[in-house]
Amino acid sequence: MGQQRITRAECAHVAALARLELTDEELERFTGQLDELLDHVAEVEALDVEGLPPTMHSLPMASVLRPDVPGEVLDRDEVLAGAPLAENGQFRVPPVLGEAP
Amino acid sequence: MTAVEIAAAVRSGRRSARSVVDVCLSAIEAGEAEIHAFNLVTAEQARARADEIDAAVAAGIDPGPLAGVPVALKDNLCTRGMATTCSSRILEGWIPPYDATVVEQLHNAGAVFVGKTNMDEFAMGSSTENSAFGPTRNPRDLSRVPGGSSGGSAAAVAAGFAPVGLGSDTGGSIRQPAALCGVVGVKPTYGLVSRYGLVAFASSLDQIGPFTTTVADSAAVLDVISGPDSRDSTSIGAHQPPVSATLDDGVDGLRVGVLAELSGDGIASDVAARLRAAVGALESAGARVAGASVPAAVYGLSAYYLIAPSEASSNLARYDGVRYGLRVDAPSTPDMNAATRSAGFGDEVKRRIMIGTYALSAGYYDAYYGKAQKVRTLIINDFASVWEQFDLLVSPTSPTTAFSLGERTADPMAMYMSDVCTVPVNLTGQAAMSVPYGVGDDGLPVGVQILAPALGEPVMFRAAAVLEASL
Repeated sequence: MGQQRITRAECAHVAALARLELTDEELERFTGQLDELLDHVAEVEALDVEGLPPTMHSLPMASVLRPDVPGEVLDRDEVLAGAPLAENGQFRVPPVLGEAP
Repeated sequence: MTAVEIAAAVRSGRRSARSVVDVCLSAIEAGEAEIHAFNLVTAEQARARADEIDAAVAAGIDPGPLAGVPVALKDNLCTRGMATTCSSRILEGWIPPYDATVVEQLHNAGAVFVGKTNMDEFAMGSSTENSAFGPTRNPRDLSRVPGGSSGGSAAAVAAGFAPVGLGSDTGGSIRQPAALCGVVGVKPTYGLVSRYGLVAFASSLDQIGPFTTTVADSAAVLDVISGPDSRDSTSIGAHQPPVSATLDDGVDGLRVGVLAELSGDGIASDVAARLRAAVGALESAGARVAGASVPAAVYGLSAYYLIAPSEASSNLARYDGVRYGLRVDAPSTPDMNAATRSAGFGDEVKRRIMIGTYALSAGYYDAYYGKAQKVRTLIINDFASVWEQFDLLVSPTSPTTAFSLGERTADPMAMYMSDVCTVPVNLTGQAAMSVPYGVGDDGLPVGVQILAPALGEPVMFRAAAVLEASL
């Protein structure tokens, strides 16, 4: 393996971006495993793909539009029944901005 | 009995759907404790549905082309009123409010669902060991993995629990377990089968397809589940000719290429020997066989392990403790989001989310995700030139036969290498399938992969039928 591609601190930053809390043990293990994977996939760095368009989707397709008329929708109560907490027809969550209501 | 035989017998009234499903449920009762193919067995609903089919037949109504055929559904296909877990703790307690399009199509064709099958969590894995509910075992040898991520469906079909299983294939998750369990598995052309109601892993790669014991059964199922769907904007907007209609047309005069980049280095010698035998069978049946080269295919795995985790990190952002299943309480919403995701996701899912988040993050996007997307174009271009000379390509499906439980769990890179032969096709959107072709030195099944250009299913199935008949 060549030089380290991802440090423990970078790994912790990525975890925070992904909204994951990792234990010290997880952070240690994932740093090593991500580093090994990045080392393997680095082979693509050497490829000359200058001028090639990126592929986001394998088949040539245009955006699909349908007539702007209301169709069938899911039943609200049935959808909310799958949520951890709902109230008055809405999802209920803890305070977002730090202060309790 | 095969699915085609069951449907014919049930439609004509020679056999009751109830007696068919009872045989499957007895097999499940006898073998499920050892194999653990299912997250949920819906015995009661299956019997009631079979009775419905029998009542329809008695009343002179044709229940459809899959009348009375028991089907096992991978647990990432939404089923209204029936738990759908993706083998993850994070979806604990979530009941989908709608059916996936494929579930509707199979139901309307007369199928009988027997349960939801085990899988690697969110379809991330190659052995079904990444399930929050414990691993599935290979029915051919209980010390081996069934492959993954659709290992539960593959094992269910191999064990005789159901003649048909449905899976999803993002990087080989249908073909590789089909090969390891000795059954037929199909990854249709991207867009041929609606993804509506398939819990998303990597949206530009995911595709639903069947597991069966025979090629004709896979053709019958594919003919039911393919077609346009207004609820999936990526579904191909035109109906395709049924593959069943031309199944027996043979391979005389077809140009078949042996895909060098996926058939040489890293392929076990017993697997390579079975591929040579398959190539011989196609030649005997009149196919013109030559070596084929897709140089960029060797970069498939690297491009895949950047693109798939990137799409996954975006798709799985929705599991935040607000709308589905699990919530771990915390004083603020951001803390609740993180606490829920940390408790609800397993190791492999966390790893992939981390890879994807990294590859998409500021400063690394161009070097990793952007580059991988261009490599994807390179692979597509290389295949395009090879399709000018060949109608079909062949390679092994998996570099080895089924490996032992626990053998690769500690080493993610070793596990990822299991997908080396299957991932290029997901990147290009082409069709491919795995056909069982004898056994390796250890007596375990070997699969041969047949690759076809986009919408090349009819020709691909003709070759599969020839291979099956040559055994």
